[in-house]
Amino acid sequence: MYHLGLLSEYLKNYMKTRLTYRADFWVEVLSDLLFQVTNLIFIFVIFMHTTSLAGWSQNEVVFVYGFFMVPWGVFACFVNMWNFSERYIVKGEMDRILTRPAHNLFQIFLENVDPPSLIGSLIGLLIMAVSGMNLGLPFEWWTIPALIVLTISATAIYMGIYTTLTALSFFSDAPTGIIPLMYNIQSYGRYPVTIYNRAIQVLLTWILPFAFVGVYPAGLFLQREEMTRMALLTPVMGAIFVSLGLFVWSRGVRKYKGAGS
Amino acid sequence: MLEAYFDFIRIRFLTMLAYRLNYYTGILIYSLNIGVNYFTWKAIYGQGESLGGFTAAQMTTYVAVSWMARAFYFNNLDREISTDIRDGSIAIQFIRPYNYVFAKMMQGFGEGMFRFLLFMIPGMALAMLLFPVQLPHDPAAWAGFLVMLFFSFLINSQINIITGLLAFFVENNEGLMRMKRVVVDLFSGLIIPISLFPGWLSSILKLLPFQAITYLPGSVFTGRVQGVGIWNVFGIQIIWFVILLIPLFWLYRAARQRLFVQGG
Repeated sequence: MYHLGLLSEYLKNYMKTRLTYRADFWVEVLSDLLFQVTNLIFIFVIFMHTTSLAGWSQNEVVFVYGFFMVPWGVFACFVNMWNFSERYIVKGEMDRILTRPAHNLFQIFLENVDPPSLIGSLIGLLIMAVSGMNLGLPFEWWTIPALIVLTISATAIYMGIYTTLTALSFFSDAPTGIIPLMYNIQSYGRYPVTIYNRAIQVLLTWILPFAFVGVYPAGLFLQREEMTRMALLTPVMGAIFVSLGLFVWSRGVRKYKGAGS
Repeated sequence: MLEAYFDFIRIRFLTMLAYRLNYYTGILIYSLNIGVNYFTWKAIYGQGESLGGFTAAQMTTYVAVSWMARAFYFNNLDREISTDIRDGSIAIQFIRPYNYVFAKMMQGFGEGMFRFLLFMIPGMALAMLLFPVQLPHDPAAWAGFLVMLFFSFLINSQINIITGLLAFFVENNEGLMRMKRVVVDLFSGLIIPISLFPGWLSSILKLLPFQAITYLPGSVFTGRVQGVGIWNVFGIQIIWFVILLIPLFWLYRAARQRLFVQGG
């Protein structure tokens, strides 16, 4: 309850700051969407020149992309830690966080909430609905619950990976360029992993499990039998990676020393 | 006077050199982007031989060289200018005895030199190890490509400066800058070569300046455009360079009259 109260206070604050630059707010939402559209255009243009991508049809690939957008929007809204190192460690704002009662990681999430990202999730759902209908996918009793569970699991995987990487900045002084690197690797997970060579497939499944935030869970709805087992593994991967993230984070916070003044 | 501008190039180059560590991960990131595109295109080609005038081998080279060209021409002049505007330091820079826009361009070039030597060239070497990139044998293709690459930088920087100066009129142009980045990446042919777009769209894109940034130099380098054709596409770049000077100077003049400082 206490944490929910905090969340609503932070959201109110967020609205106040954002509405000062109202026009810019909408341009920003629009540019985020445009970025997603770019990826869709890529898929559409590809399928103007081929009928299948390693055995996946256009509607299937679009469906995977639609699913990919859903947890990504949730993650970007609630768990955004872009610029953590500069803002909290270099400028010493972590001191302020640590003197307050709520959990430190939770506060950092709250300070960076970004509700417009959820628009991306909604559009992802829309894309799934349209391409699902084109494919004639059946709507089962478990579709909605599975969607919720898989979205939460995929968000947990993102959170685990990015929390771990962000926590590394407690251990090293140099601002790391690893996070932008991750943003690029995760785009591998949007396409059917079978098009990549074996090494990348293993990397995307077990080491940086970005295939679990896109193609595997989507495979469940697409009734791809070869992926059902992987899709069901998604919550397990989510639990493992979130625990890893929290563990590395708490280790890191213990190592944190204020940055002077 | 000219020496002062050379100093802008030199100082920016040295500043970048001090932070060169950040660029080693940059090389990896760009190689990964090339990787995503390479595998995707490979799956698309399957057994097919040619798409939109590109053979599979040419496409690999095109993808690699486009990303590595971006490693050279990319800069954050738009962000620098809008920060100058927002914190008010632009007022001081306007009264200094140099042309603000020209000085920014020089700083951008210093950054470009750094990116060329320590980002693009090692990046290209790595990409050639990882992917079957084919370098052209024709010296004309090399010469044409390098000159056109320089104009890619000029045109991209002009677009960046225009976006940055717009901060005078919209106060917070964060969204505008992001949108510009997406538009440039998509419409310049970085993500998809322009000849692969549907006909109506590619004919619109051929009327816009963005193709001059990535698509035209890439076409020369992969050997799709040869001989006299090189002069034609180079002509398109020069035309856009000249046309873009007009909004640039108009904005700069209007900005000097509109200047109001929000802080600092």
